[in-house]
Amino acid sequence: MKAVRKLMKVFITRRIPPEGMKILAAAEGCEVSQWDSDEPVPRSDLLKGVEGAHGLLCLLSDKIDKEVLDAAGPNLKVISTMSVGFDHLVLSEIKKRGIRVGYTPDVLTDATAELTVALLLATSRRLPEGVEEVKSGGWSSWKPLWLCGYGLSGSTVGIVGLGRIGMAIAQRLLPFGVKRLLYSGRTAKSYAAEVNGEFVPLDTLASESDFIVVSCSLTPETQGMCDKAFFRKMKKTSIFINSSRGSCSKPGGSCTEALSSGQIAAAGLDVTTPEPLPTNHPLLTLKNCVVLPHIGSATYSTRGIMSALAAQNLLGGLQGSDMPSELSL
Amino acid sequence: MEEEKPWVLISEVGGDHGYLEELADIVKQHFRIICHKELLENPELHGPKIQALLNWKYCPVVEPTLLRLLPALKVVASGGVGVDHLDVPFINSLGVKVTNTPRVVSDSTADLAMGLLLASARRILEENIHAHFCLREMSGEHLTLVPSYGVTNATIGIIGMGEIGYKIAQRAKGFDMKIVYHNRRRRSAEDERAVGATFCQSLDELLGTSDFVMIAVKFTPETRGLIGHRELSIMKPTATLINISRGQVVDQDALVEALQSGSIQAAALDVTHPEPLPRDHPLLGLHNVLITPHIGINTFTTARQMVEKMVRNAVAAVEGSPVPDEVKLQ
Repeated sequence: MKAVRKLMKVFITRRIPPEGMKILAAAEGCEVSQWDSDEPVPRSDLLKGVEGAHGLLCLLSDKIDKEVLDAAGPNLKVISTMSVGFDHLVLSEIKKRGIRVGYTPDVLTDATAELTVALLLATSRRLPEGVEEVKSGGWSSWKPLWLCGYGLSGSTVGIVGLGRIGMAIAQRLLPFGVKRLLYSGRTAKSYAAEVNGEFVPLDTLASESDFIVVSCSLTPETQGMCDKAFFRKMKKTSIFINSSRGSCSKPGGSCTEALSSGQIAAAGLDVTTPEPLPTNHPLLTLKNCVVLPHIGSATYSTRGIMSALAAQNLLGGLQGSDMPSELSL
Repeated sequence: MEEEKPWVLISEVGGDHGYLEELADIVKQHFRIICHKELLENPELHGPKIQALLNWKYCPVVEPTLLRLLPALKVVASGGVGVDHLDVPFINSLGVKVTNTPRVVSDSTADLAMGLLLASARRILEENIHAHFCLREMSGEHLTLVPSYGVTNATIGIIGMGEIGYKIAQRAKGFDMKIVYHNRRRRSAEDERAVGATFCQSLDELLGTSDFVMIAVKFTPETRGLIGHRELSIMKPTATLINISRGQVVDQDALVEALQSGSIQAAALDVTHPEPLPRDHPLLGLHNVLITPHIGINTFTTARQMVEKMVRNAVAAVEGSPVPDEVKLQ
């Protein structure tokens, strides 16, 4: 590992897996301070911690905006986020200051796609309800067609955003006998042919899909995309799955309303606004809504790899050399 | 025309144990319906009219006392593929055919099998998953939601590579899982190549190498208690057992012991013995067991396709034409 030329101050906003810590410890000339907790760093501690930092290693729960950048000061050369999403980084402010950004695409694609399909199956086959009935004693006599759900065989799946994760989800779903694979986005993708993907307008995807999976990145264009009108277009028997960002669904209860009024059959959400959801949030009371606490990438190996990659990105930025995964601004 | 339609006995329409209205309509296209309750109110009147019985496991229970009321019965058309709930030889001895509904249930069952595997592996149905949000109030092991080992590139060992087992293999392949299987008969080279499956001559070999052991065998005298103490001890301590076959294929007491001792990591079961389990059964208290109440085939589409098949089988038997899905015991 090439030694950094002068003492570089690094602030890490959370406890991260050991793979990344090992890399940073091995780098000479790195002074690491850290919010050593599994809970997000409080705002005031973040502002304090970044003071004078050359490098910042953060998570998606940390909003890196003008206030944080000002608190950090002119030393800051690199921000390395341990995520593929970067909607928590105010890129205009970051670019203005000539700060480089590292992120972790690809390494979490499999884990996230896998979790999304797990969530889809749990939602469409009503697994949480089934498990609960077994635990609570609701499972009494044998009842045919109890807890009937929706099958994938012969269905139409609509993927909003056929990027890396969207493709990986499509590849996992096809063997379940999916008949049509629709997708929407800014442009058609040539690689969509691998999954027989049909590029359609969002409205068409909404009205023709039996299963809708949101896997786009959060941008000004996709913000609030799934609004009242979107849910109204969906089939009454359809299932809505979001493992992208909570804000792709318009806040203000359009999803909640769609679920409680029977506009759609069920929803599975790994992402919400806010995260975490307050425990008295209506979505948590609906039988036809499955909510997970943003665990898309939560496998041991993936988190370890993300940690290592984030550390390597950080060092690349500190040393003024190549970063394995640099976000082009 | 209505007067000429033959009579069929079903459990009931609507209610917890009955047919959905739209499914009953499918039956009504070919039959006039007597519900079980009606029959019992006046067996002398209704019994002799009935030529077909549509059965869904215990709805109604097909016992000698019921069959005795139905002298004109030609067929018991059962829903689902398993017929372990029916005394087929006895029913046949009365000159009555038994039919099932193979193939239509395979997709929904394979889907559920993968759903259980994934839910268990990614820990999404664990107690307090939603309570992750109030972590600050909780202490100890739930303070951090611990990641899982994941499914991609893991090894799945499929015991019973029939129609359902093979569909599970197809789905597993989508997750880049390594697939090994054990079956009475080896599948063709083409079948194996299509899903990248490796045949294990011995069950032990499969058990020793798999991260996920998937039981998809038919329940027969040969498969009763197939997975017991010995088999569970051969499995990896990090392995998960998934059963979508029948509860009796697994020695349940041995399973409890294996889960408690850490001989295997976890289990996910859509089937148990009995169903439902008694409220104080140890399986219900274990944190590393996922149990669903036998919902493998429970999708609206499958239900409709099953009823259509049951009706087709019943019509053929009543008319004396070749019956598509007659169960013939070897």
